[in-house]
Amino acid sequence: MKNCYIHSAVSISTQNTFETKGFLTEIVEHSTKKIEAIHPNYKNFISPSSLRRMATGVKMGVAASSKALEIANLPQPEAIITGTGMGCIEDTEKFLNSIIANKEKFLTPTSFIQSTHNTVAAQIALGLKCKVYNNTYVHGGLSFESALLDAHMHIIQDEAKNVLVGGVDELGNEFIDHVMMMENNTENGLKVPFGEGASFFVLSSDKFENCIKIKAIETISSASKEGLILRLKLFLSQNNIGPKTIDAFVTGQNGDGFDTYYDKASTLFPETLNLHYKHLSGEFYTASSFGLFIATQVLKHQTVPKSLINQGEFTKPIKTVLLYNQFKGRDHSFILLERQ
Amino acid sequence: MPNTELNKIKTPRVAITGMGIISAIGNSVESNKKALFASENGIGNITLINTIHLDAIKVGEVKLSNEALISALQLSENNNFSRTALLGLFAAKAAVKNSGIKDISAYKTGLISATTVGGMDKTELYLKQFESNPKIQKYIASHHAGDSTQKIADALGIIDFVTTISTACSSATNAIMLGARFIKSGKLDRVIVGGTDALSKFTINGFKTLMIQSEELCKPFDANRNGLNLGEAAAYLVLESEQIAIKENKPILAYVSGYANANDAFHQTASSHNGEGAFLAMDKALQNASLLPRDINYINAHGTATPNNDLSESVAIKRIFEDKVPDFSSTKAFTGHTLAAAGAVEAVFSVLALQEQVVFPNINFETEIPETGLKPVTELKRNQIQNVLSNSFGFGGNCSTLILSKA
Repeated sequence: MKNCYIHSAVSISTQNTFETKGFLTEIVEHSTKKIEAIHPNYKNFISPSSLRRMATGVKMGVAASSKALEIANLPQPEAIITGTGMGCIEDTEKFLNSIIANKEKFLTPTSFIQSTHNTVAAQIALGLKCKVYNNTYVHGGLSFESALLDAHMHIIQDEAKNVLVGGVDELGNEFIDHVMMMENNTENGLKVPFGEGASFFVLSSDKFENCIKIKAIETISSASKEGLILRLKLFLSQNNIGPKTIDAFVTGQNGDGFDTYYDKASTLFPETLNLHYKHLSGEFYTASSFGLFIATQVLKHQTVPKSLINQGEFTKPIKTVLLYNQFKGRDHSFILLERQ
Repeated sequence: MPNTELNKIKTPRVAITGMGIISAIGNSVESNKKALFASENGIGNITLINTIHLDAIKVGEVKLSNEALISALQLSENNNFSRTALLGLFAAKAAVKNSGIKDISAYKTGLISATTVGGMDKTELYLKQFESNPKIQKYIASHHAGDSTQKIADALGIIDFVTTISTACSSATNAIMLGARFIKSGKLDRVIVGGTDALSKFTINGFKTLMIQSEELCKPFDANRNGLNLGEAAAYLVLESEQIAIKENKPILAYVSGYANANDAFHQTASSHNGEGAFLAMDKALQNASLLPRDINYINAHGTATPNNDLSESVAIKRIFEDKVPDFSSTKAFTGHTLAAAGAVEAVFSVLALQEQVVFPNINFETEIPETGLKPVTELKRNQIQNVLSNSFGFGGNCSTLILSKA
């Protein structure tokens, strides 16, 4: 069995995370309930002819992955794996609306072609002329984690030496408003805005000094709060980790009624620095890929921006980080990171 | 490397111990088998979707309405199942039953399902009513592609690893491949794998704009093929580590002995002229199975009957098998192209081919494609079949191949 290390982490998000060397030095405050990503100049990454056809998610995914490969100094990965909860919802809405508006007449194929969930992974492969393993996971709040689990399995089982993996979701223009309407009608609905973004990573079996190891990842489809605690304890003991070894516990807290899962899980780590991020990134099915991004930056820079701190104080070097995410009380995931 | 006894000992074999299917040619494995043996296709005019293309296309519809499926599954009246979820649960339940599983939690069990349309059948009906009609707002939550999988997992009591794959028309093959990798790695003891896709106005119109939908019965691998028939289906297989199947004294239907995934990296929707992605998928799958091309006795081809796919796939097949192309056929003229479910539907048919020692016919074929001169099997053919190779290719260049072997 090989070990799995993170060689690069790149995020296009609703914060200044892409075209900056600093790590959340200036927080962008958002006052709306729906926040768009801060988009870079995509012309630096994508040819104008391709760019014209691409929807937001594809642009974000292609640009983020391109930079992740560049930082890792990797021209061609040995696997390309993405996760997306809503897929290419912009083009889906576009095609659906032209079906409705034109009563199934005079349709053109472009938006249909680009509406399939695997468009981002496909466009990355096409751009790189890369013929390796290519897969896309579309499982709600576990879309990114499923992709990461597959990537991790590729590395540890030596099916690939390096893998490009990422999570991407775009807001879209119409369906999101229906989702927001339902959320507003719910008691204890989200307190953070809806967002979008793309976070991509290069994983490798090659180790270098101070690099970050993905020690383990686990996903659980459904669990009661008590069951979840048992699973979390089991996850830690299987990895020979005591609660006190965790230097930072990063949760996907979003202010809704299901935050009680995080509260309960946090009781296992009463002395641990408790971090959150969805108030910065917004909530979306693959927001946890932003969570992994910020965790890698904390480990790399050994600093914790104030805005991330939910509870506790940053006092000591951070070596081990545990991430826990869930969505609406299901689709739980644990990711365990360790700085070497 | 030949498939020696030594190799078999090294990694646990992946046993198929159950399967379930609902397609245009039947609501059970038995009825699908019967139709395949009788060369009876399930293609006809569309009845369940209100579309202007009614007379311009032929499709492979599942013959049960949503109401009939809801009643068969004993769902409550206020359920928010999309048709994709209904078909999926129907077939997944049948697979679990067929595998003789009494207690799903007795072993570490996962679910990997594939879909492309997800809850689109409801979204396309209600998009403009979501805001104003409280009655149908329940379908907002069932739009995303993971929803049908979550519903199947919850109904079957699967709480551990559950995920959904969407790589267009190769989706279910990738689900089977991931499941096999999980069994081999020891991460799961048992995993239910497959896919489900309902017909929708969205896909019908999408394929219509690409002008690759036939007005007639589709003719895979025929020189005069003029496009595909869309279909809907769900199919699932139960994969178990061989040791557990033996320990539980279960009948093993077949083995998953090889798999591979590659990308054509040529065009978002079209396949390359030399079938590079397909060639790589088949080549890597043979290596993964430690088999040689001559060990394959039957190819269940992707064979959509589009001009582009069938030529590209034929070229790739010739590159792998050279002048010794084994018996091959596409079964899509029976079921239609069932998109994300196709790989699982055809895996079920491949298992049937292994169990019954037959090659299913490529119906509607008349004339060989002049460029390749390949002639599929056109009548039910009895033969000794040890290994079946099954292809699934999709938009985005996603190409995947499975190799299934006789138990």
